[in-house]
Amino acid sequence: MSTSILKILRILAAVVVLAPALGLAVEGEVKLDRAPIDPGDKASLQRGAHAFVNYCLNCHSASYMRYNRLQDIGLSEPQIRDNLVFTGVKVGELMKTAMDAKDAKEWFGAAPPDLTVIARSRSSHAGPGSDWLYTYMRTFYRDPTRPTGWNNVVYPNVAMPHVLWQLQGEQVLTEAKEQAEGYMKTVQKLTIDKPGTMKPVDYDILVGDLVNYMTYMSEPARSQRVTTGLYALLVIFILIALAYALKKSFWKDVH
Amino acid sequence: MAATEKKLPVTGAGPFNGIVTWVDQRFPLMSIWRDHISEYYTPKNFNFWYYFGSLALLVLVLQIVTGIFLTMHYKPDAAQAFASVEYIMRDVPWGWLMRYMHSTGASAFFVVIYLHMFKALLYGSYRQPRELLWIFGMIIYLMLMAEAFFGYLLPWGQMSFWGAQVIVNLFDALPLIGPDLALWIRGDYVVSDATLNRFFAFHVIAIPLVLVGLVVAHIMALHEVGSNNPDGIEIKKNLGPDGHPIDGIPFHPYYTVKDTFGVMVFLAIFAIILFFMPEFGGYFLEYNNFVPADPLKTPSHIAPVWYFTPYYSILRATTPDFMYVLSAAIFLYAILILKSQFRGGTKFIGVVVCAAVIAGFFLIGAKVWGVLFMGLAVMIFFLMPWLDQSPVRSVRYKGSLSRTALGLFVVVFLVLGYYGTQPVTDLGTRISQIGTMLYFAFFLLMPWYSRMDKSKPEPARLT
Repeated sequence: MSTSILKILRILAAVVVLAPALGLAVEGEVKLDRAPIDPGDKASLQRGAHAFVNYCLNCHSASYMRYNRLQDIGLSEPQIRDNLVFTGVKVGELMKTAMDAKDAKEWFGAAPPDLTVIARSRSSHAGPGSDWLYTYMRTFYRDPTRPTGWNNVVYPNVAMPHVLWQLQGEQVLTEAKEQAEGYMKTVQKLTIDKPGTMKPVDYDILVGDLVNYMTYMSEPARSQRVTTGLYALLVIFILIALAYALKKSFWKDVH
Repeated sequence: MAATEKKLPVTGAGPFNGIVTWVDQRFPLMSIWRDHISEYYTPKNFNFWYYFGSLALLVLVLQIVTGIFLTMHYKPDAAQAFASVEYIMRDVPWGWLMRYMHSTGASAFFVVIYLHMFKALLYGSYRQPRELLWIFGMIIYLMLMAEAFFGYLLPWGQMSFWGAQVIVNLFDALPLIGPDLALWIRGDYVVSDATLNRFFAFHVIAIPLVLVGLVVAHIMALHEVGSNNPDGIEIKKNLGPDGHPIDGIPFHPYYTVKDTFGVMVFLAIFAIILFFMPEFGGYFLEYNNFVPADPLKTPSHIAPVWYFTPYYSILRATTPDFMYVLSAAIFLYAILILKSQFRGGTKFIGVVVCAAVIAGFFLIGAKVWGVLFMGLAVMIFFLMPWLDQSPVRSVRYKGSLSRTALGLFVVVFLVLGYYGTQPVTDLGTRISQIGTMLYFAFFLLMPWYSRMDKSKPEPARLT
């Protein structure tokens, strides 16, 4: 477990305060929590992959991702086959859900989106997609007006129910008007009404692992990209120096 | 010339002299090399701005090479396109590198071309006798915009789809032919598989073929008239005893080594973006484009990629109430033409055009004018050689009027670009409207201010 104390402290703040940014805030835009993710933490990625295939893959696909690509995060093909493939497909297959898209549309009103690159598509100028996912998965609350009985702070009126409710427990949303400098601001507070099987700290760590995995899955080549980039830059900087010396020496006689 | 008539040896020395001579007897190898490389005399005072020509060529080659590899794995099919791009990013060895080079290269192309064009504006490189060189360059710029537009549809993400939908619908707004024209471009009533297939054809073969031909024409025109320089004076006026310009140096080896240095610095910046921030904060790869195209779900905010945004701002700035301001501006412009020293015929045509435009403002809707202004904003660059009446070419010797105008134009271009990326706001629209006025004023008032301006005398030799 390599989560730093600082991260735990931040996670300990079990109450999520979501205040709309000063008057300029666009409707529906909330301040996102920073996702405590570390692409180098293989244990976290593996726990995240485990959570992903157990909780997400039942309804969502990750249909551009192959199971055996998980060798990237330190798993062997037999490990992947025995622990992560539930649909009976071969380990080189794509991570597709067994649920029929038409059924899903009927049950939820919208077919669950493919999650392969969701961590990239949910990025915005408010923050990276990982922050959005991390906040989203932690801000479901009970709302009897919704067909599923659930609503969400960062994605209001989302069709998806709170899949992890048994772990997190049930949250309720309270809104209070507060006097800020020169205007009234609405402060939304989420509090746990019925506790789940996990402590809030552990739940946040689980979601952190899940988001870490989903961020990895959105661009598996990321680590190769960064490493290659460092070598490429090293070579380019040497070439800059050589090219500069060459130019100097050729231009000696130009005045 | 028959093979035997050419003298031997061609190069004089070296292990390959025999083979080079053999080729040269059958192909104008050495004369091409001499005319365009080793004895192409180039002004010796090229500065920072002169790197971008060779860099544009480099990026063109990068785009073609990476494009070839992407084409090997990409599927131009609405049902498979998005997945095939992700397949390239994941399952094709080094596919991610090809894709990021291509996507970063697209933006790099426009950065380099904009700076290359700015160089021409700075030093009057469009002036006589380089008008045709400038026109070839402008057509390249237009083709590049078409190339980028067609290419942007191919990943088949939400922005690809809706961006194409918005741009094609611009043609739909044109009077009479609009709807049929839009239908003809799309090949369907909405952007669809048919559109994707034809855009792919345009992107991978039609436009690149034209581009490469134009680049050759651009370079041939350049080498015919010779390069301009930061002083804007002709080096051919001062020839040395050897018949070559005194202030000229052969392109090779001087500028080949200098441009090599430029290429390396460019590659460093290119690599930093490509390897460490390929999305470039959502400007080079838009976040919403990681969602597959969905014809039933319109995104709340559709923004073109950054290089089109100055023109997009002009389009959005053209609101019905803005037409009154424009009418007044054109009325004043007509008076300016009447009071000018132009010949009677020119005056007459100018005033008639102004009157027709004002009448058009009231007859045709603002939406159509927005589209026309957007097109005009690009096309008006073509007129630069004739709009600029300054006795000197280079900004170094132009007076404060021309300098201020150019400085203001750059600021306006950037501000319009910024607001083009943003959702519509009242303030943004107002600023874009002021920007639109200033944008066109830079060009349309140039015949006056460039003549009134107090320019400094040009030096006889390069400084």
